[in-house]
Amino acid sequence: MRMLDRKLLRDLWRVKTQVLTIALVVASGIGGFIASLSTYDSLRSLQQDYYDQARFAHVFVTVKRAPSIIEARLLDIPGVAETETTIAYDVLLDLPDVVEPVTGHIIALPASGNPRVNRLTLMAGRWIAAPASNEVLVGEAFAKARGLQPGDRVAALLNGRREQLDIAGIVLSPEYIFAGRGGLADDKSFGIFWMGRERLAAAYNMEGAFNRAAVRLAHGASQQAALDALDRLLEPYGGTGAYGRDEQFSHRALTQEINEQKVFGIVLPSVFLAVAVFLLNVVVARQIGTQRNQIAALKALGYPNVAIGMHYLKFVLVIVALGIVLGIAIGAWLGSAMTGMYAKFFHFPTLEFRIQPWIPIVASVVSLAAAALGAFNALTRVVRLPPAEAMRPASPPIFRPTLLERLGYGHLYSPQVRMILRDMERRPLRALLTTLGISCAIAILISGTWWRDAIDYLLDVEFRLRERQHVSLVLTDPVSSSALQDVARLPGVLRAEAARDAPVRFRNGHLSYRTTLLGLPEDSQMRQLLDAQLNTVALPAEGIVMSERLARRLEVVPGDTVWIEFLQGKRAKKRVVVSGLVNELVELRAYMARDALNRLLGEGDSITSVRIQFDTSRREAFFSQVKQTPKIAAAVEIDPIIQNFRDTSARFILVYTGILTVFAAVIAVGVVYNNARIALAERAWELASLRVLGFTRGEVSGLLLGELAIELILALPLGWLLGYWLSFGIVQLIHSETFEIPLIIEPRTYAYATLATLAAGVISALIVRRRIDRMDLVAVLKTRE
Amino acid sequence: MPHRDPSPAPGAVFVARGLTKTYRMGEIEVHALRGVDLEIHQGEFVVLLGPSGSGKSTLLNILGGLDTPTSGTAVWRDHDLTAAGEMELTRYRREHVGFVFQFYNLIPSLTARENVALVTEMAENPMRPDEALALVGLGDRLDHYPSQLSGGEQQRVAIARAVAKRPDVLLCDEPTGALDYPTGKLVLEVIARINRELGTTAVVITHNAPIAKIADRVMQLADGRIASVQANAAKLTPEEISW
Repeated sequence: MRMLDRKLLRDLWRVKTQVLTIALVVASGIGGFIASLSTYDSLRSLQQDYYDQARFAHVFVTVKRAPSIIEARLLDIPGVAETETTIAYDVLLDLPDVVEPVTGHIIALPASGNPRVNRLTLMAGRWIAAPASNEVLVGEAFAKARGLQPGDRVAALLNGRREQLDIAGIVLSPEYIFAGRGGLADDKSFGIFWMGRERLAAAYNMEGAFNRAAVRLAHGASQQAALDALDRLLEPYGGTGAYGRDEQFSHRALTQEINEQKVFGIVLPSVFLAVAVFLLNVVVARQIGTQRNQIAALKALGYPNVAIGMHYLKFVLVIVALGIVLGIAIGAWLGSAMTGMYAKFFHFPTLEFRIQPWIPIVASVVSLAAAALGAFNALTRVVRLPPAEAMRPASPPIFRPTLLERLGYGHLYSPQVRMILRDMERRPLRALLTTLGISCAIAILISGTWWRDAIDYLLDVEFRLRERQHVSLVLTDPVSSSALQDVARLPGVLRAEAARDAPVRFRNGHLSYRTTLLGLPEDSQMRQLLDAQLNTVALPAEGIVMSERLARRLEVVPGDTVWIEFLQGKRAKKRVVVSGLVNELVELRAYMARDALNRLLGEGDSITSVRIQFDTSRREAFFSQVKQTPKIAAAVEIDPIIQNFRDTSARFILVYTGILTVFAAVIAVGVVYNNARIALAERAWELASLRVLGFTRGEVSGLLLGELAIELILALPLGWLLGYWLSFGIVQLIHSETFEIPLIIEPRTYAYATLATLAAGVISALIVRRRIDRMDLVAVLKTRE
Repeated sequence: MPHRDPSPAPGAVFVARGLTKTYRMGEIEVHALRGVDLEIHQGEFVVLLGPSGSGKSTLLNILGGLDTPTSGTAVWRDHDLTAAGEMELTRYRREHVGFVFQFYNLIPSLTARENVALVTEMAENPMRPDEALALVGLGDRLDHYPSQLSGGEQQRVAIARAVAKRPDVLLCDEPTGALDYPTGKLVLEVIARINRELGTTAVVITHNAPIAKIADRVMQLADGRIASVQANAAKLTPEEISW
């Protein structure tokens, strides 16, 4: 049917702006789907490939000190395929021109150079030549963030002795694809180093011993059995509990991020597709409405229903196909940009973006099917339209007084408003769907921009309200609380508070969780325990307070008791009462009075960390002294953590918000423009008649655009609500055990979504308004559809 | 298509018996036909005359297979149009019927030639589109879009489109209804010539009494019934009439 196809192309060309706006909605959905799922797929395959290639361990364990001879016994554990033991310590780094000490983690390399498990990839420079020298390799993330090159030197406190480390090479490790402390990504203030084992063992008196082991399991081996066996074997050597990849910081963060991509890839495109289907339905129904006579003529000429139905189906499919082509292009571009952005967080040897063929195929098939289904209603009307009936003009639509008029309030508004309201009430479904379509744009904007609010809230609550210190110093080993006096004498210290933190495993029946129990001074000023309403929770004299999520995980409520297994020292097992809950967004931790904790530990009055507020004008003096102080494993300063996290996340959020704003504008324009154009086409005759009767352009435009204005205004509250729900749904879907994203949506986010959508709506309406202004009255009145 | 023999007069191509048609228009029930009997013969030029609402269009639509009656029978040769399904009616229209409408019903996005080609593409032994357009005097307007043609020209394209497949019957619903006087005459001449030269049976609807003079027979419709049938002893050419 060549002529029909020619008609098709010309019909499409005639409504090209509408075709384009709908195709763009489809393209946004498909683009988002392809970009997110391909990023998901690319990251997952990168992760998998890198893990395989670098022989990333399945199980990790830290001990106090185990003799090297034990390593052979690790291999005897059923399911263990490969092991690697090493020495690792936190160290304080003194970087040139950096006031504060930076925390480093230094790991010993085997004599062979590259470990068997968790293999390193050399990115620049060379491997260590002399294992007994001060040569080190440095992780790429930290090297980049601090501008370190092979040949550079950094100073570090190795077991209390200041040493100059010579950077030989820059490497990547599967253990540190994502690096940071305290649950936040921070490449700048946390550096990983590798050093010859001989040299590091000498520095820490660890010759013939190890304090860290990594294990690769055989295929199909039970991880839990291996964890239990490792714990039994290493307990006498101060094992703090073996854990799997699910508790490994880098793996957990990476996996969480990858899964978020999957959620975004499915949730958001679904919204777009739904809007596109609605638009297609409206436009095709409209197209069929105006072409009643043509359809009748075709039928009279002997074209079968199937051919005519196919003709209009093709109309839909061409639009969707255009959307698919655009969408694949957008998806490829966006996906590679997103994967590139992840390269700033995740440090892989290669960062290759790939699009698996099934992703665009699924996107295309789903959109084509959805569109065909969406147009199905309109198409059946074509087929059912008896040719003779189609010859007659459509019978005048049935109008009736609106509900308000029937209730007797008709006098409250003008005839124009009455026309608008009657028109809306006559086609409530279309009015509803239009409203819904616009509210989708608002919802997408909200769901894409509230992250900023959540992050601000999170940083504010976690690092300003809870942690009130400027810096906390983590000690290498528990020491007597009298050490607090030494710390208090550091230059500029205004206030110092000591805590005893102990690695523990909580148990309640078959449920268990490995975490840190923080022993705080009873009247702690710097570490605040807060509930969900941010009210202070008092620390009990005995008993513990735990985070709500930990209580849920262990299925305990205040008043219940839990078992604590200390993973250090005498490894005591004690039963304690849960006396209260706190609401914390990051990590699952528990708190106890320091004295009570020390009593449980039976180690006297010991401390492991000190929180400090200092006179900020003496920051330099304070840190220069800290850098010289032995026994300090890490100095964690709050401000740079917040600053670094804000810097990285700000860029990410800006890009993400920008993309979603464009997408949402596409929806808003698509819905408003198409509806306005259709309303104009349907009512051109009526509007022209009114113009002839003496109505001004403004009045006539008001009639047409008034309905859209009402729908736009109705869409606002609905959009806010939908946006909240959508965000809520996303939070539920990307739920993580260790990290809670607070669903905080500030008024500024609602305002931004509203203004952006209104702007898109008003611009579309103005474009249609121009058409009304240029309407050729005579021509419109001469042709009666 | 079921065959039946309603024993028509010899040479009758259309035979209708007791046709009624009721349909709903918005909230109103319309009795368009209230019992129509008729016969139309091979090569005949018949005018259906009547005021608007008399049922002429409904009758024509039933004869053309565009509509089915509520009761009664309509037969074209050996094709029972009342018992036929949608597929059969489509084939009937495609193979045997040429339609001309009051408002031309051209496809606005196709040129004159393409509008005709729309039909010739699926016909078995059609004229060439340019040949059909030459027949209606539009040999020089082949590549014009409907919007670039006058009403009379559009109607002639519609006639060319109707006759290009060499139909057995030409059904015209108020072909001059939307045209001015001279253009209307021109269009009637084309229809008369097709009837005369190609021997195509022609049924023309009009509410314009003088036009009836160019027909072999005139059927007068009123209120859904045939009020009278009258043969023109001396039929005039379109040139000879005026209204």
